[in-house]
Amino acid sequence: MIRTAPDGIKEVTPPLSDADIEALKAGDRVRITGVVYTARDAAHGRLFPLIEKGQPLPIDVRGQIIYYTGPSPARPGDIVGSIGPTTGGRMDKFTPALLKLGLKATMGKGARSRLVRDALKQCKAVYFGAIGGAGAVLSRFVKTVEIVAYEDLGTEAIRRLEVENFPAMVINDCYGGDLYEDGMKAYAREDTAPSQ
Amino acid sequence: MREIHVSAIADAVKKLCMEANWDLEPDMLRAFDRALRTERSPAGKQVLQILKDNAQMAKTKRIPYCQDTGFVVCFVELGQDVHVTGGGLYDAINAGVSQGYQEGFLRASIVRSPFDRVNTGDNTPAVIHTDVAPGATMKIMVMAKGGGCENRSKYKMLTPADGLEGVKEWIIECVRTAGPDACPPLILGVGVGGTFEKAAILSKKALFRELGSPNPDPALDVLEKELLERANRLGIGPQGYGGDTTAFGIHILTYPCHITSLPVAVTIECHAHRHKEVVL
Repeated sequence: MIRTAPDGIKEVTPPLSDADIEALKAGDRVRITGVVYTARDAAHGRLFPLIEKGQPLPIDVRGQIIYYTGPSPARPGDIVGSIGPTTGGRMDKFTPALLKLGLKATMGKGARSRLVRDALKQCKAVYFGAIGGAGAVLSRFVKTVEIVAYEDLGTEAIRRLEVENFPAMVINDCYGGDLYEDGMKAYAREDTAPSQ
Repeated sequence: MREIHVSAIADAVKKLCMEANWDLEPDMLRAFDRALRTERSPAGKQVLQILKDNAQMAKTKRIPYCQDTGFVVCFVELGQDVHVTGGGLYDAINAGVSQGYQEGFLRASIVRSPFDRVNTGDNTPAVIHTDVAPGATMKIMVMAKGGGCENRSKYKMLTPADGLEGVKEWIIECVRTAGPDACPPLILGVGVGGTFEKAAILSKKALFRELGSPNPDPALDVLEKELLERANRLGIGPQGYGGDTTAFGIHILTYPCHITSLPVAVTIECHAHRHKEVVL
C-alpha cells in the first residue's frame, strides 16, 4: 500500500501491488513500514540455483521488498547493530529472476545495470536507495529481526525485519526514471561525458 | 634496544579497531560541516546532515558508523631499535583485530579464501604493511576499509607521454566511475610512480593524511586542489543524489619511477573514513 503523508513523503507498506509501484517515481522520498527481507551476495548465491531449478525459495518474495544489507551484531539489549545498505549492483545478476517471481522492490545503494532497470519496467518494480554509511541512524527504524534462512552465513543470512518509517528514496521507478542520472544532470558544472 | 611486548601491540590494535568504527576522527566531522555550508542540493544537504547525526549516534551508542566495519588495513612504522617480545608482530596485530571486532560488536566481513568464501568469524586477518624507520618507537596506523568503495578502486599504467594531463584525466575518470556506488562524498588516495605494487600501497597510505590539511609538497597541493574542484563539478553529490559535494579530499603521494612508466593507483574511500593511529 502507498499513502502520501501530509509532509509529501510516500508511506510504503508491503505487500506491494502493480498499482502501488505505478505510484512511485524516481526522486520520491519514502518511509517504509512493515516487513522487509534482508539478502546480499551469499544469500542471492543460494537463492539463484533454486530459482533456476524451479524449486521453492525459503521466503515468498511476491509483493515484497529485499534490502541489501549485512547488519553488524547487536549489542546485548539492542535489536540490531548498524544496518545500512550495501551496493546493489553486485546483485544485478540475480535481480531480474527475483522480479519475475513477483518481488516488487529491492533496496540498496549505487547504480543498477541496464538489464535490471529494464526488468523493473517489465515486471513493475522499483529500486529504493537507503543512505549508505548511515547504518547507526538506520538501526533506529528496525523494530524486530528474525533469521529466516541460511543462518550459517552469519551477517549474510536472510533476515525478516519489521521496520517503522524506514527512510529511503526511489532511485529507479517502473517508467525508466533514474534519480542518479537526474541528480547528476541537475548539478553538473562541466561536461560529464566519459573521457575518450 | 627497546622492547615492546606483543600484548601491548594487541591491546593497542584492539582499541584502534573499536574506536575507529565508533568514533569518526575530527577531520571527517569538520568536512561534513564545511560541505553543509557549500552544498546547493537540498537532498545532498539532507544526506550530509544525516551522516553527521549518524557519526554522533555511533559515538554515543558505541555502535559502528557503518555496518561494513571494513577490512583492517594496518600500516606499521617499526623503529629499527625496537625488539618485539613474546611472539610475532603480525600475530599480535591479528589478535588485536580479533578481540576488537568480537568485543566491540563489529561485523566479521572477511572470508578465508576468495573462492570458498567461508567467513573467518572475527574479521582477521588484517592487511599489514610494515616500514622500518630509525628510532625506538612503533607507530601503528589502522584503517577500517569499506568494501563497497574498495571495489571501485582502480589502477592504470599510463605512459610518460600521457604526463600530468593524463594523470589528471584518469583520476577524474575514477571519481566518475565510482559514482553513487562508492558512497560519496568520497576521499581519494592516489599513488603515482614506483612500480605496480608501490603505487597501490601509496594510494592507501595517502588516506591517512588529515583531511583538509595541505599536501607538504606545494606542487602536489595545487594539483590536489585543482582535482578536488573538478571532482566536485561532476554533480554526483552526496549519495549520488546530485550535488556539489562529490569528494571531500584527494590525497596524492608520489615515488620515483622507471623511465618507461607512469603508474597511477587510486584507492576510493567512502565518507565512512575510519582511521586511527597510535605510537608505542
